[in-house]
Amino acid sequence: MNPSLSTAPSTATLRAVTRGRVRRTRRRRTVIVALAVLIVVVFALTLMVGRTFYPPGDVLRVVLGHDVPGASFTVGRLRLPRAALAVAAGLCFGLAGSTFQTMLRNPLASPDIIGISSGASAAATFAIVVLGLSGPTVSVVAIVSGLAISTLVYALAYKGGVAGTRLILIGIGVAAMLDSVTSYVLDRAPEWDLQEALRWLTGSLNGTDWNRVVPVVIALALIAPVLLSRANDLSLFQLGDDTASALGVRANLTRLIAVTAAVALIAFATAAAGPIAFVAFLCGPIAARLVGPDGSLLLPSALVGALLVLVADLVGQFLLGTRYPVGVVTGVLGAPYLVYLIVRTHRAGGSL
Amino acid sequence: MTTDRTLLVEDLTLGYRDRTVIDSLDLGVPPGRITAIVGANACGKSTLLRSMSRLLSPKEGRVLLDGREVHRMPSKELARTLGLLPQSPIAPEGITVGDLVGRGRHPHQRVLSRWSREDDEAVAAALDSTGTADLVDRAVDELSGGQRQRVWIAMALAQRTDLLLLDEPTTFLDVSHQVEVLDLLTDLNRTLGTTIVLVLHDLNLAARYADHLVALADGRLYAEGEPERVLTPETVEAVFGLRSRIITDPTSGRPMMLPIGRYHASVETV
Repeated sequence: MNPSLSTAPSTATLRAVTRGRVRRTRRRRTVIVALAVLIVVVFALTLMVGRTFYPPGDVLRVVLGHDVPGASFTVGRLRLPRAALAVAAGLCFGLAGSTFQTMLRNPLASPDIIGISSGASAAATFAIVVLGLSGPTVSVVAIVSGLAISTLVYALAYKGGVAGTRLILIGIGVAAMLDSVTSYVLDRAPEWDLQEALRWLTGSLNGTDWNRVVPVVIALALIAPVLLSRANDLSLFQLGDDTASALGVRANLTRLIAVTAAVALIAFATAAAGPIAFVAFLCGPIAARLVGPDGSLLLPSALVGALLVLVADLVGQFLLGTRYPVGVVTGVLGAPYLVYLIVRTHRAGGSL
Repeated sequence: MTTDRTLLVEDLTLGYRDRTVIDSLDLGVPPGRITAIVGANACGKSTLLRSMSRLLSPKEGRVLLDGREVHRMPSKELARTLGLLPQSPIAPEGITVGDLVGRGRHPHQRVLSRWSREDDEAVAAALDSTGTADLVDRAVDELSGGQRQRVWIAMALAQRTDLLLLDEPTTFLDVSHQVEVLDLLTDLNRTLGTTIVLVLHDLNLAARYADHLVALADGRLYAEGEPERVLTPETVEAVFGLRSRIITDPTSGRPMMLPIGRYHASVETV
């Protein structure tokens, strides 16, 4: 091999490079468009079906603000906020989950596995049941505890650097403790019904009204652009922290922004819909299989999250005979994947 | 084409918490040449390289690139001038060679208007230079160790920096691939004038390929200069605690170290 180095490449190589890049971009674009279209379709479907079926025309008129007898209440007051929260919470969980997974280079490092969702949920339950709070204050309490829990997990896992495995195991332990806090607090509130309790244990969209949806949408509108603008920086963390820094990523700043933004998204979504089981955990790996390993997974994961929550809620409500909260359905999907992931990395001799 | 970028280390002290790894070290990297840093395990050579590429902040002293402190330069600007290949970079599962090498363009890109023709050209040129053009659509984790290392170097080349720092680029490679990688870096230095600084654990390969040899012992600079001046039995004794003979490598004319163990005291006395 005696390559002549120069800044001018051979045309064949240049063509191959361009072709590869165009192909990757096209696949990515196709997946993103397809996911967006599916979200719109399932969203529309959610508004139409239920105990009473409303044709698309009625639904459209309600959405546009016209008064349609019967449909205005069912679609406008019951189904629309519910579907909107499904999309918003799904986007939050998907974005936050893949942010953590990308940054820590481990699919198990998602906020719902390492205790952050459990922290937000326990705090929200505590704020509502014990402190008697409501509305945005609950979200604030959830965010503060989410950040506190992530700091705690990080501090406990720190031992001359943070090894992925230690962080994840400690996170799982912390999550278990916080889940029992949630159960304990719910137990102390006998006037609560099972539905409400399930929301804080597995996540549920039952009884959603606009007051619950609006804070999530606002948080998403403010925070998602911040995270997405860092998407390329974040995806360089996949090459290792040192390589990312060498390529001009301000590692500490990026990490700080990403963790804060992701925890805030988790907390807002959890305060509204509960810790919908495994959504944050599942979106990144699903998105990775759809768009391939190249490029950032943030946007595709967010879309997968929205679609997943919409579909799971639809399934939970209408396909299973009994009406299950959405978290039960996503939990059924997520748990086997978690087991599969642990078995696979264990076989491959991975660190976890 | 030679670059005249100056990289200076001034009175640099580095460490983790209360442990000092590098102690008031001064070093000048000769522009447009190949500098190799050698030393025993844990003597601080990787730590020094990390700090020179601003991955580690100094406790005292500073690193100057063209007179500017690297730890205060905007990170993307620094990354357009100075590249670093860490010891064990991680290839995400399934990533293709073309995409990995393309990541080297990051410091040249803005958030919007992402990919230019210049980016494609830089990637293609880097693939051509490292002989990895045929691998462009292959997954990195399918490649052999030697191929993989060439791909990582291609990524650093796509970054188009005037200085390139490499932390043990030949570890885990068999000897033919070690030579291949060092030849490639020499090509890069000779043709593009890139200043190269590398940490090497093989003293003889370091003496063969480096124009400037830096020997560290216990966090201090023991000797620096031309390999002929630096690689002496005294240096080897001080740096590695090893008795040795130095002969002239018949192939390259550079000095070559032959260790003397307990069992092979020389037939002809040293």
